[in-house]
Amino acid sequence: MALLTMREALNQAMREEMRRDPNVFILGEEVGAYQGAYKVTQGLLAEFGEWRVRDTPIAEEAIAGVAVGAAFIGLRPIAEMMTFNFSILALDMIVNHAAKYRYMSGGQIRCPMVMRGPSGAAAQVAAQHSQAFESWYVHIPGLVVVMPSTPKDAKGLLKSAIRDDNPVIFMENEVLYNFKGEVPDEEYHIPLGLADVKRTGKDVTIVAWSRSVTTALAAADILAKDGIEAEVVDPRTLRPLDEDLIFESVGKTNRCVVVEEGWRYAGFGAEIADRVQRECFDALDAPVLRVTAADVPMPYAKTLEKAYLPQPEKVVEAVHKVLYR
Amino acid sequence: MNREEASSYYRSMLLIRRFEERCAQLYVEGKIGGFLHLYIGQEAVGVAAMSLLRPDDYFVTSYRDHGYALARGTDPRPLLAELCGKITGISRGKGGSMHFYDVPLGNFGGDGIVGGHLPVAAGMGYGIRLRGTDQVALCFFGDGAVNEGAFHESLNVSALWDLPVVYIIENNRYGMGTSLDRASSVKDLYQRGSAYGIPRRDVNGMDLIAVRTALGEAIALARRDKRPTLIEAETYRYRGHSMSDPGKYRTKEEVEEMMRFDPIHLFGKRLMEQERFTQADLDAADKEVTARVDEAVRFTEESGFPPLETLYEDVYVRSPYMNMKAAEKDPAWRAAVREDRVPETFPASAPAKVGG
Repeated sequence: MALLTMREALNQAMREEMRRDPNVFILGEEVGAYQGAYKVTQGLLAEFGEWRVRDTPIAEEAIAGVAVGAAFIGLRPIAEMMTFNFSILALDMIVNHAAKYRYMSGGQIRCPMVMRGPSGAAAQVAAQHSQAFESWYVHIPGLVVVMPSTPKDAKGLLKSAIRDDNPVIFMENEVLYNFKGEVPDEEYHIPLGLADVKRTGKDVTIVAWSRSVTTALAAADILAKDGIEAEVVDPRTLRPLDEDLIFESVGKTNRCVVVEEGWRYAGFGAEIADRVQRECFDALDAPVLRVTAADVPMPYAKTLEKAYLPQPEKVVEAVHKVLYR
Repeated sequence: MNREEASSYYRSMLLIRRFEERCAQLYVEGKIGGFLHLYIGQEAVGVAAMSLLRPDDYFVTSYRDHGYALARGTDPRPLLAELCGKITGISRGKGGSMHFYDVPLGNFGGDGIVGGHLPVAAGMGYGIRLRGTDQVALCFFGDGAVNEGAFHESLNVSALWDLPVVYIIENNRYGMGTSLDRASSVKDLYQRGSAYGIPRRDVNGMDLIAVRTALGEAIALARRDKRPTLIEAETYRYRGHSMSDPGKYRTKEEVEEMMRFDPIHLFGKRLMEQERFTQADLDAADKEVTARVDEAVRFTEESGFPPLETLYEDVYVRSPYMNMKAAEKDPAWRAAVREDRVPETFPASAPAKVGG
């Protein structure tokens, strides 16, 4: 095991897959000469050259569209969005093209591409640069949506995403890029659609993904001091959802809190709450509660930014509610 | 162009014409639903282009996509079946008029979003460069698409990276009901290529020979020098934007005037004057293509609608990298298969000659 940052783990995943398969290439803004806006693609240009590590103009629709067209004819592009905030300029390429051509063609076409980059809140970059867009992408049949929370998961899942023959939306997190974790030295991949228990407990199930796992684990630490054992379940892939692991956990704890960085209104947490209330109705001792971002654009001021985001204290409060404390 | 090639181009244009005339009837009869955008009047462009493509080349098109598929040699039967939403359709009844694809023939076809396939064409060009082959990608779109941001982004990267993509504007003068004069600051659309420093030219889109010449040079440039070209083919659609369009934005006189330059009539005349074809030859060609359309109608009528279990098919590719136990709770994943579906071939029918 090596102790790697998530940035390094992602870099390793791409490097290994590019060595393994000449059809894999990366394109995006600043991925090459600049070594990546967040240094995730560091060193790849030197090893693979400009046709496989392609710096693009600031043109998100072209980045995504070039990925789609290349994928249609058998290549395996990785389109980096500098952040997912800008991916909405490319939404037509993903929603109407990557996700739908297989269906519209009656199964003739496949689109084996990955669109990856950081999503979610960064630090004080305000409303247009701090958004969680997973709920937009999970809504679309034809897509796979992945959101890792640890370096090990990030590497193993990105390798699967690159090898998979479906379009995969791979959402990283800027704040997590520097987080370190153990990553196996040997070759491995983690299947898409496989959830993971990040902490075991018997009193309450907290479902969280990406950076919210960190929030949930911090809340679990606080709760533990109070004698409450929280189980943290990380779906890792949001579409398709490995719901059984969530149901098993709720079957054991009888209580469920969902934490997400996105807005409450039609957020992905609502999908989980819906499934849990239907499938675990008899097991539940309290309604499923959601801890989300505030339903406003992200503010700039530090104080407001903190108030906007799910915090461990808010998760603790929600857990107390479902435990009727 | 030898006599046999000339004959095949004529028949190919006529097949599109007769096929679409029948489509219009079937639409009125309620057998074709949704949107139906006819290519009638523009046949020379698609036929000229397909006559120049190699079997391993690619193309993408707008939603006015019937002509390219027929000209490329796709059997009319699965195409008409697709229009009528039958399971024997080229896209298994899931696409309809706007979504014709025939991947073994390089047809990544019909896109329903104006300009939406232009970045995709650049991606095909990029893939070709990365693989180091000498294929080309053709990209067909209307005059309406040049005002989309996707046009700019696509042409910029194709020029920047030297991608073998030929962009073909089929300027039929109207983006739905809005005339070019009211939509584009520059009226000579091919001049937009100057913004990207790429070869550009306009051509009479009603003249098959002229289109072949212009496109032939552009395709050669793409194949040999990996340079994109922007071609404006000036053409005209006789019918409305779609079947629901009464066409009140243009005069009857204008349409009649343009029909004097009908590409099929002009080419037929040329065949008689220069290639020793007789009226009887042209009539025989008409009879032949009409028989193929009749056969397509019969085939379509005998075909069934898609069984309901196909609803969830063709969304995902079954994947060894997916935890299928979880994924299969979703019926779309349950129905996923590992392979792509190759369109069924119909050996009884002789495909239209591609020529070139």
